[in-house]
Amino acid sequence: MAHLLLRHRDIPDIGKMDVYKKNGGFEAFKKAVTRMEPQEVTESVKASGLRGRGGAGFPTGIKWSFIPKDIWPHYVVANADESEPGTFKDREIMESNPFQFLEGVAIAAFATGANAAYIYLRGEFWPVAAILDEKIADMEKAGFLGDKLFGSDYSLRIHTHLGAGAYICGEETALLESIEGKRGLPRIRPPFPAVYGLYGKPTVVNNVETLTNVPLIVEKGADWYKSLGTTDSAGIKIFSLSGHVNKPGNYELPFGTTYRELIYKYGGGVTENRPIKSIMSAGASSAMIVADDKALDTPMDYASVRALGADLGSASVIVINDSVNLEWVINKTIHFFKHESCGKCTPCREGCYWMMHLIERIEHGEDVQASTELLHNVANQMQNKCLCPLGEFATMAVATAIERFPADFKPSHAGGEHG
Amino acid sequence: MAKMVSLTIDGRPITVPAGTLIVNAAKEIGIDIPVFCYHPKMEPVGMCRQCMVEVGRLVVDRATGQVVMDGDKPKISFGPKLETACTTPVSEGMVVLSQSDKAKASQKEILEFLLTSHPLDCPVCDKGGECPLQNLTMEHASPQSRFLFDEKQHAGKHLPLGDLIWLDRERCIQCARCIRFQEEIAGEPVLAFYQRGRATDIITNSEPGFDSIFSGNTTDICPVGSLTTADFRFGARPWEMNAAASICAQCPVGCNVTFNTRREARSGGKVAIKRVMPRQNEAVNEIWICDKGRFAYHFTEDANRLVKPMVRRNGKLAAASWTESLHAVSKAFSEAKKNSVILTSGRLSNEDLFNLKQLADGLGGEALLYTSMGGGELTTSFGVSVGTNFSAMGKETTILVVASDLYNEAPLWFLRLKQAAKRGVTLIIANARETKLDRYSKFAVRYSYGNEVETIRGLTNKNKIGEAITTAENLVILYGSDGLGLDGSAAVAAACAELVKGRFGKPMNGLIGVWPRANDQGAWELGFQPADNLARLLKGKTVYVVAADPAGDDPELEAALKGAKFVAVQDLFLTETAKLADVVLPAQAYTEREGSFTSGERRVQRFYPALRPRGETKADFEIIAEIAKVLGLELEGRSASLVMDKLAASVKTFAGITYRKLAEVTEQWPIVGRGDLYYGGTTYENKQGLGVQLALNAPAPIPSISMEFLRPDEDQWLSVPITRLYDRGITVSTSELLRAHIGEATVLLHPESAKKLGVAAGGRVKVNGFLAEVRLDVTVPASVALLPRSMGFPINAPAAAELKKA
Amino acid sequence: MLAEKYPEEVKKIFAKYPPEQKRSAVMPLLYLAQRDEGFVTKAALEDIAQMLDITSTNVAEIVGFYTLYHDGKAGKYRMQVCTDLPCALRGADKFLEELCSNLGVKVGETTPDGMVTVEAVMCLAGCDKAPMFQVQSPDGIAYHENMTVDKTMELLAALRKSGKEVK
Repeated sequence: MAHLLLRHRDIPDIGKMDVYKKNGGFEAFKKAVTRMEPQEVTESVKASGLRGRGGAGFPTGIKWSFIPKDIWPHYVVANADESEPGTFKDREIMESNPFQFLEGVAIAAFATGANAAYIYLRGEFWPVAAILDEKIADMEKAGFLGDKLFGSDYSLRIHTHLGAGAYICGEETALLESIEGKRGLPRIRPPFPAVYGLYGKPTVVNNVETLTNVPLIVEKGADWYKSLGTTDSAGIKIFSLSGHVNKPGNYELPFGTTYRELIYKYGGGVTENRPIKSIMSAGASSAMIVADDKALDTPMDYASVRALGADLGSASVIVINDSVNLEWVINKTIHFFKHESCGKCTPCREGCYWMMHLIERIEHGEDVQASTELLHNVANQMQNKCLCPLGEFATMAVATAIERFPADFKPSHAGGEHG
Repeated sequence: MAKMVSLTIDGRPITVPAGTLIVNAAKEIGIDIPVFCYHPKMEPVGMCRQCMVEVGRLVVDRATGQVVMDGDKPKISFGPKLETACTTPVSEGMVVLSQSDKAKASQKEILEFLLTSHPLDCPVCDKGGECPLQNLTMEHASPQSRFLFDEKQHAGKHLPLGDLIWLDRERCIQCARCIRFQEEIAGEPVLAFYQRGRATDIITNSEPGFDSIFSGNTTDICPVGSLTTADFRFGARPWEMNAAASICAQCPVGCNVTFNTRREARSGGKVAIKRVMPRQNEAVNEIWICDKGRFAYHFTEDANRLVKPMVRRNGKLAAASWTESLHAVSKAFSEAKKNSVILTSGRLSNEDLFNLKQLADGLGGEALLYTSMGGGELTTSFGVSVGTNFSAMGKETTILVVASDLYNEAPLWFLRLKQAAKRGVTLIIANARETKLDRYSKFAVRYSYGNEVETIRGLTNKNKIGEAITTAENLVILYGSDGLGLDGSAAVAAACAELVKGRFGKPMNGLIGVWPRANDQGAWELGFQPADNLARLLKGKTVYVVAADPAGDDPELEAALKGAKFVAVQDLFLTETAKLADVVLPAQAYTEREGSFTSGERRVQRFYPALRPRGETKADFEIIAEIAKVLGLELEGRSASLVMDKLAASVKTFAGITYRKLAEVTEQWPIVGRGDLYYGGTTYENKQGLGVQLALNAPAPIPSISMEFLRPDEDQWLSVPITRLYDRGITVSTSELLRAHIGEATVLLHPESAKKLGVAAGGRVKVNGFLAEVRLDVTVPASVALLPRSMGFPINAPAAAELKKA
Repeated sequence: MLAEKYPEEVKKIFAKYPPEQKRSAVMPLLYLAQRDEGFVTKAALEDIAQMLDITSTNVAEIVGFYTLYHDGKAGKYRMQVCTDLPCALRGADKFLEELCSNLGVKVGETTPDGMVTVEAVMCLAGCDKAPMFQVQSPDGIAYHENMTVDKTMELLAALRKSGKEVK
C-alpha cells in the first residue's frame, strides 16, 4: 500500500509546492472552505473515528466539537513538541511531507473557526521550524493562507513557535503556557483548552500526526478512513521503532499490526538475534511489557495493548533484548523524568528526586532488596496524585519493571555491565 | 444571587453558593482540610496536592437527566482518584470525605514527599511555633523518615532577596504563594521560580532585589520558614510574644495591625515591639499591610523620645515638673484668650483632637489643622459613609482617582483599587503624570499641573468617561495632593464634590481625601481647618503646637514662630519647633495608650496600648485636659473611652459611637488566624473591633474655587510637590531597615529636561539653592521638576523654581 | 539592544502574536539575545523585559526553566549528545565516553580552545539514528545522526576551520 502520511517515501519531492499540488494537495482544504460548513468538517472527522496520535488517543472530532460558539477568538495549536523518548514520527512528517501537515492545520482551523494557528515545536526542531516557515510562506504566496481564502470570508494565518527544551511542554496546557511566554507548567483541568486555552480562549490542540490525517479524511471521506485499521482504532498509524532492532525507524502501518510483524517483518529483527526481553509500547512513559509470544502476537491497537497492561500511546515501540537489566532501563527513565519534572506539583517533584536516589543505590548494589521495595512503594505513592500525566508516566516503567521482572532487581544482577 | 448548592463534608451538611471550592465550604463549617499552596485570597493552582479528598457525586441518568436512586437514597459515585479540595467546586448532592482512610493516607503521603527535601530545622527556624508544615508534621507524619537524611538536597540558607526579606532555600516547599502574591495581589511580579523540578528555586531579578512595597506580606503567607523579614528574623519565638491590636498610623487607610511585643533584656528589660502583623479587616486592609506599616514602627521606641516636660529658663530649655510646665502654658493661655492659636495635625487621635478643639473654643481662639492638603470639610458631608467598602465594588461602580499617586500616598488603597478594577470597577485616573495604578485603569486622563480643576469640570463632557461617571450606579472619587498645595487641593476637592453631590448619602458613593496623615479625616470631622496664611497668623500669638513641626518643614514658619508671643509644643521628639518653644510637653506615643483614628473612608477605629508609657509622658488628651483644668474648663481627661463618650454626644456624625461599639466584630471571610495557620497565613484574626463608619453632615454649599495657573518665567521651572512612601519623616528615618530606602534629596526630571540642564541620572542640581540628586523619569512632564515632600526641600505647593547644574 | 540590532527579526517575531499578547515573544527574543554570546546576559534580560513590559524577573524565569537557554558562558559550540534510553540501547553512552576521552574533557566541560562544550542531554527525537547529537551554536541548532567518534572528530575539525556550523 502506498504511504498516506509518509508520502515522501513514494513521492520524494512532495515537500515542494508544485509537486504537492500536482498530487492533489490543498484540494481537501479548498473543498472544506468552499463546499462545506465548518460543522460538516467536524462531523466528518468525528465519523472517521480518528483519535489523537499524540498519546492520549482522544477522538479528534469530538475534541473539535467542544469548542464553544459564544467565546471568541478561537485558536488551533499543533503540538509538535515531540519529546517522548522513542518518538520521532512528527519530525519526519514535518521535514519531508510538510504541506500535508499544514493542510491539516488549516482544515482544523476552518472547522473550529480559528483565524490563527500556532505550531509549537520543541526548541531542538529549529531547522524543522525553518522548513515550516518557508512552507507557510509558500502557502501564503499560493493563496492558501491569508485573507478571504478561495474567495470566501475565511482568513487564516499559521505561525511557528519554538520551545526551548522542556518535555513537559508536550502536555497541552503546559504548551499553551509556553506560547504565552511563561514557564511550561501544566494548568489544572478543568477548564480544558477547548474552553479556556491559548490566551484564555477556546483552543484545539492536536498532534502533528493527527492533523496530517485530516486532509485524507476530508478528501476521501470518513467511511474510507474508517475502513482502515480496526473497529476500535480507525485508520493508520506511524509506529516509531527503536532500541534493539536492526532497522529502527518509522513504519506507517494499519492499526492491528502485531508487535511481531513490526519488529521482525519491518524492523529487520532484534540486534544480535537475541531474544526480546521487554517492549515499551509508548516510549519512556510506558509500562514494561513482558515480551512473550502472547505479547508479540498482540495487535497494536488501543484496546489490545491496554489488555497487555500497557498503553498504545504515541506508538513509540522501544525493543529491549536480554542483554540488559531492566534496573538499568528504569535508571534511564527515572533520570529522564527527574530532569523533565517541571516541579509544580509535590509528588512528581519530590517523588522523581527520591526515585533517582533509590535507583542509584540499587545501581551501586547498596541494600538492593530494601531499596527496590521502597522504590516500588514510592512509585505507587506518586500514582493518582500528580497534577498532570508526567508524574504518573514517571512511575509506569518503574512499577511494572519491578513487578514483572523481579529477577532484574536481585543483588547479584544489579550493578553489572549494560547497554 | 448565586445558586445555592447542598452537600455533605465528612457527614456534615452545608449549603453554599455554587462555585464554592470544597476547601472553603469545609472551612465554613470548621473542617480544616490541610493546604499549602492554596490561599483564599488567590487563584487556586492545585500544586502542592496536600488537600486531596474523596469526592462522590450524584449519578445522573444521561437519557432522562434524572438522579439515579439507590433505594431511597441517591446513588453516589466516587471517582477512582482523589481530588484536590482547593480546585474542585462543590456540586449538588456531593459527598466529600476528608478524613477517610484513603484521604488521610494521601495527605500523609504528600507530607512525606514534602519532608524529603525539607531540612526540619524547626528549633532554629523563625516560623517554628506558627508553622503549618511543622504543625501538620507533628500531627500526621511518621516518626521515622524513609528517606535517607544524607540524600537530602542542600541549598543556601541565608540569602537576602532584598534588604527587607531573607530567603532560606532549603525550607522552601515550592508552593509559589509568594510569587503568586506578588503577581496577583501586589502587581509587582519581582519573584519567580528559576530552574525546574527539584532544583526549583525562588529568585528575584529586580534592582534593588525584591523591589516591592508589599514584600512583607509574603512572610505571612509563606507556609514554612523560607521567607522571613530582616527586621524580625532571629528576633523572638512566636509563643513568647503578646499581641496588641492597633491601627497603622502611616497614612489615611487605617490598616488594622497587631503589635507583637515581649519584655526583653536587649531592650533594657522593657517591653518592646518585635514585629507588626496585619490584622484582618476586610473593609479596610483585608489581611495585608505595606512595608512602611510593617517596618516603620521603631520611632515610638527611639532613644531620643521626650520623656520629661521642659521649660525655657534663661533662654535654654530645661527639665521641669508637670505642674510647673502646665501652669506656664495655662498662664499664657489665660492671658492670650482669643489671641491663642492651637496648631495640630492628623497625627493625633480623635480624642486628643476633640479636647484640643474644646480648649480652643473655650478660649475663643483658633483651632488650626497643620496640613498641606485642603478640602476636608467637603468630605464630612460628601464623603463616603456607612456601608462603603472597596471590596464589595464591581461592574456597577466607577472609581475616579484625581491627583493622587496612591502607590506612594496610600499603598493599601492602591492594592484594593487594583483588585476592584479586576472585579470590573471602571477605574479612571486623572493625573498630570503616569502613576503605577494607571496600568489597571480603564481610562487615564492627563492634564498639565495647574489645570486640575478645569480638567475635572470637563470630565463629564468626555463621551465614555463622562458616561462612566454620570451613569454608574456608584461613584467614588479619591483626590490627593500630587503636585498640589493647600489651595489647589481644596479647589480640586470642590470640583470633585460637584461630581458626587447628587449621590449624597448613598452607600458606596462619595469623596475620599488621600490625606498626608492617619487622622486628618478625624480633624476635619471635628471642625479643624487649615489657615490661609499661617505665617502671618502666628505673629504675636500664643501658640500651642501639638504633634506638628512647622519650623522643621518651612523656614518661613520658623520665622513666624519666633515672632510669636509664646510657644508651647507637645510632641514625641525635640523637633525644630520644640527647640524654639517656651514650654515642651512630652506626649505618649499612640503605641503606649488607647485612642481612635478616623480613616479616609471615615471609619473610626480603636487602637490599644502595646507598650508601657515612657518616662513621665502623658496621653495628649490628658495633658490638654489638665491645661484646661487650670484654666477652669471642664474637659474629660480620665480615659480615652470617656472622651469618646463626650465626643459622640457633641459631634453629630459621631453620634452613638462608643468604645464598646468600636470593638464589635462580625465573622469575616476568609476565616484567618485560627489554629490552622495553613489556610490564611499568620495574619491576625480581628477580635478587637472592625470600627464604625461615620454618618454624614448635611450637604453644605460647595464653593467654586478656580485655580491659579502658575506660569514660571522662561528661565524658571515649575516645581511641584509629590509624595514618596519612604521619606525623611521620623517614622521612616528611625527604622534602620527602611533608612536605606530614603536616599538623598532628589528631584525628578524628564530625561529631556535633564539634558537641557546638562545633567545625567545621579547628577546634582541646585533647586532654589538646595542641592538635589537628579532622577530621570519619563512620566514627568517637560519643564516640570518633581520634588518629593519631606525630603529636605521646603516645598508644599507648586512654585516657580530655579534649577542649576551643581 | 535587540530592536536596534535585529530590527527585521524583532518585527517578524512581534507580528506572530496578538498585539496585547506580546509576552509571547519572550522565547523567540531570548533566542535572538543568545546569538552573540551564546548565553543570555543580564542586560538582555532587562532589554527584553522593557520590550515586553514585564519584569526582568519574568524573563529570567524563562531562561531558568528551558534548557536551551543559558545563563553562563560555555564553548562556542554546545555538543549535546542524547544518552536517553533508546539512544543508550544503541551505544550512546559508550559513544559519549569515547568522544570525551578523545577530546580530553569530561561531560559538561569545554575544550581548552573554548570551541566545544560536551553535554549529555535527554531525548532529541532521533532515536532511530543513534548515536546522535545536536550542536547548539550562535547559528542555531543542527542535528548530527548515525555518528561515530571519527565522524565527530572530522566535524569538529571542520568547525574549527570554518568557524561556522556546517552540515
